[in-house]
Formats: sequence, structure tokens, C-alpha cells
Amino acid sequence: MAFLFLCAVLSVVTTAGIVVVLLAEAIPFFTHVNIFDFLTGTEWRPLFANKSFGALPLLSATAMIALMAMAVAFPIGLLTSIYLSEYAPSWIRETVKPALEVLAGIPTVVYGFFVISFIAPTIVRPIFHSETIFTALGASLAMGIMLIPMVASLSEDAMRAVPNGLREGAYALGANRFQVSVKVVVPAALSGIVAAGLLALARAIGETMIVTIAAGGIPNLSGNPLEPMQAMTAYIMEVASGDTARGTVEYQSIFAIGMLLFIFTLGLNLIARWFIGKFREEYE
Amino acid sequence: MTTITMRRIEAKFSQKPDNSMSNGSASKVMEVRNLDAYYGNFRAITDVNMPMRRNAVTAIIGPSGCGKSTLVRCLNRMHELSAGGRIEGQILFDGEDINAPEVDPVELRSRIGMVFQKPNPFPKSIYNNIAFGLKINGFRGNMAEAVEGSLRKAALWDEVKDRLKDSALSLSGGQQQRLCIARAIAIEPEVILMDEPCSALDPIATLAIEDLIRELKEQYSIVIVTHNMQQAARVSDETAFLMVGEDRSGYLVEFDSTEKMFTNPSHEQTEAYITGRFS
Repeated sequence: MAFLFLCAVLSVVTTAGIVVVLLAEAIPFFTHVNIFDFLTGTEWRPLFANKSFGALPLLSATAMIALMAMAVAFPIGLLTSIYLSEYAPSWIRETVKPALEVLAGIPTVVYGFFVISFIAPTIVRPIFHSETIFTALGASLAMGIMLIPMVASLSEDAMRAVPNGLREGAYALGANRFQVSVKVVVPAALSGIVAAGLLALARAIGETMIVTIAAGGIPNLSGNPLEPMQAMTAYIMEVASGDTARGTVEYQSIFAIGMLLFIFTLGLNLIARWFIGKFREEYE
Repeated sequence: MTTITMRRIEAKFSQKPDNSMSNGSASKVMEVRNLDAYYGNFRAITDVNMPMRRNAVTAIIGPSGCGKSTLVRCLNRMHELSAGGRIEGQILFDGEDINAPEVDPVELRSRIGMVFQKPNPFPKSIYNNIAFGLKINGFRGNMAEAVEGSLRKAALWDEVKDRLKDSALSLSGGQQQRLCIARAIAIEPEVILMDEPCSALDPIATLAIEDLIRELKEQYSIVIVTHNMQQAARVSDETAFLMVGEDRSGYLVEFDSTEKMFTNPSHEQTEAYITGRFS
């Protein structure tokens, strides 16, 4: 009993520990750098002689890559889940769903290499004529593919939870399968579907390996997805794996960026949980 | 869509002469002939033969597991949506076989409405619950009037007229079931199938639905499945009594006018069931 309790407490303590560590290094950072300059500055040059800690280039890269990834993952994932939940015979569903979950388990570093060895040279460069193979677009496409199973699987769960009586009610009014799916089942499962999208977005924001390998690693405030960029996670990766000395401002900066990431993903997770909770109440 | 609408209009017009000359048992809106219904290899009902009279209430009674619900679900081809659901035999609607290859089950279901055991309003507003069926059937008239008309026919208008935008799930169980009836009649079917529509309701809500059924038969033909014999006696004109056979398959014991069935049944089993010697 006590052992089981300790196991349960462990994850809570770890989370609290992470927050404490983040704060312990982020707070001294903000004694060197004004928090307002940090959030609105457009130049991110932590490792040069004339340092500048404006996080907007990293923020915009993360936002752009995550949103483009969602533009790929959400529609495809949603259509997949509609097919699986409403159209597919049970043997297809029972084959495809585990396959999706395997796809979700591919290490993200593999996706990173998939971008630079396939997506960038054979899709992005020939079609969009980018100057380099390291582009925000290439990273987004791979991240989108990576997130499809997550969106599809969670949305499918939400749609399967819609009581069969609602489908029967719609069929009995002369609705065809498409109308039942799109006008009854999807709206009834909407909060679960939105939650799936938010969780996938949180995952996209926190995703590290794909953006580190494939997006280029140059802090760049630009709206052009064909340019190299550095996402927040990729910056943390760069500094953490480099030879930056502990206690310096540039070392502390990764904790400030980490704190920002933590706030974003925590916020999205909380909103997603709120949506899921709303969706559970719906039929009771 | 146009052809469907045309067919529906033709069907509705062709029904009129029948209505005017209906004089008792002559006008059959539906008829079941030698019907077997299966779930995979399991035969749930065996060789059922019965008519359903136009503008009458036909009750289907019998003990649990006798296939009452399966039978009624065959009438609008909902049975085929169940896993392994298929039938043998014939079901005639306005004299035509509903399982003929040229019949579109989706179009058929807009002419034979259904109300289920558990009220199943959509998680949408009261208004949109009614508008849904009208929209998918290509209704082009005044939506607000059509919604009001159906709610009035279902004796629900006065209770909900000030809260049409509220979720249908905020209604009580009895109101939800009347909303489901309103939703079914909004698309002007000829037949309304009701599968134990009061089993989840309290006695007062049940009486409200029964009053409604008696009113609705002026315009619609109604088939109601019930395990409540008093209900069958109160609302129906004709009654079919089903039993479960040795092989767990349901079969028709007796079909007759409700009055005869409840006063002077032809079969000993019917009498035993009606007088409550078993259930």
C-alpha cells in the first residue's frame, strides 16, 4: 500500500521538481534580461559578443511549424477517424487502429532523418524551390505525418463514445451514412475532437528532434516557411548539448525558454482536459 | 434528390384515395408475409404474417426476447444495420416490397418514421432536432412554421415555445420522447414505428404519449411495440401476440382486433399471457 502510494506520489513530486528547477534558473535569467524585452524582442543572438535575448524568432518558428503541422494532421486525422468509426468494417478497424498506434511509436529522430533524406530533397525543394533542404515546411510536413495517428486515434475514441441511439435516430429520419457521420456523430463528439487537436498541438509545440534535425537551427523571424528556422525546443537542444558554461546568461536562457514552453503546453493540456470533461457530461 | 422528392410526392398523393375509402380492414398500409429475421445464423423471428391497417394503431406484444423489436425494425429496414441483420420473406408497403433491389432504404426511412425505446434526441437545440430531418430531406418551405407545426402535433409546443434554442437534453424524459415523436412526424411519414416508446418514462409521461398516439392515428398509421398489455389495450386497434419458441426464435401466435384479443382470444397461450399467468 505505502509502496504504491509512493509510486503515485513520485510523478507529482517529479513535476513539482521540474517546475522548481525551471524557476530556479529562469528567475536569475530575468535579472539580466528584462522580461518584456524577452517576450517582444526580435533578435535572438545568445552566443555572439553583442548578446540579444528577444524570443520572438523562436516563438514564431515554433508557432509556425506547429500550426502548419496541424494543418496537415488535423484534417487527415479527422477524416481517418470518421472512416474508422463510421464506415470501416470491424476487421479493417481492428487492423488499422493498432497499426496507427505503431506509427505513433516511431522515434521522432527517424522522422527527422526522413525529412532530410526524403521529404526535403524530393518534395519541398523540387516543388517549392527552397534554397536549402532545411526548412520550416519540411519539418512541419513530417511533424504533421507524425501527429496523424494521435489525432485519428483520439477522435475515433470520441466518436465511438457517441451513443448508437443517436445514429439510429438519424438513420430513422432518412439520413444517409455521410449525413449521420458529419451532421450527428462529429458534432456530438466535437469536444473530444477539439481536445484531440489541442493535445496534438501541445505535442507539436514540445516536439524536439524533428525541428532540431530538419528545420535548420537558425533563429529567424520570418513568415516564409521555406527558410531555415530555429524552434524553441531546438534552441534548448543546441545549448544543452553544447559547451556553454553553467551559470552564464546564455545557459540560463534555455530555462527561460523551457518555462515558456512549459506554460504553453500546460495551458493547452488544461484546455483539452476541460473540453474532454465537457464532452463526458453531454449524454448524462 | 429531385427524383426522391417526386417519388415521395407521388406516394403521398397515391395514398389519398386509399384514405378516403378506408372502411375498416380493407386498407392495408403494410403487410408482413412469411417473415424470418436473422442475426448472423441466429433466427430471431420465424414465419410472421400480419397486416398493418392504415390510420390504425397496431400493437405488437409478447414476452422479452420474442422478437418484437426485431420485427418492428424490419419494417423500416433498420434491422439490416445491426450486425449480421438480414431477412427472408416479404414486407409490403403501399403494396410494394420494401426489400426490392430498386428501393433505397434511406428514402424508405423518410416515409416510415421511428421512435425508439430510450428517448434519443440529438445533442442540439430543440429547434434543430426538428429542423435536422427536414433539412436532410431537402425541405424548402418555412422552417420555423414546420418546426412549430410538428411540436404542436406532438403536444409539446406550449412547453417549449419559449426555449427553442435550449439543448434538447435539458428536457425531461417524457418531453424528450415527445420531441422524438415531433422529429419523426416533421418529415411527414405515412407510418410511425414505436419501439416501446414509454418503457423509460413515468406513468404521467406515459399517459401523455398514449393520448398523443390516439390523436396521431388520424393522420398516420402507427405500429407500437409494447410489453405493457394495458397499454396495448388502451391505444391499439389491432394486436399481434408473439411468443418465443423452443429454438429461442419468436413466432406469431395470434393477430386480431385488440378488442377480441383482450376479451376472447382464440389461443390458450394468448389468454395465459394477457391474464398475466406468465410474462
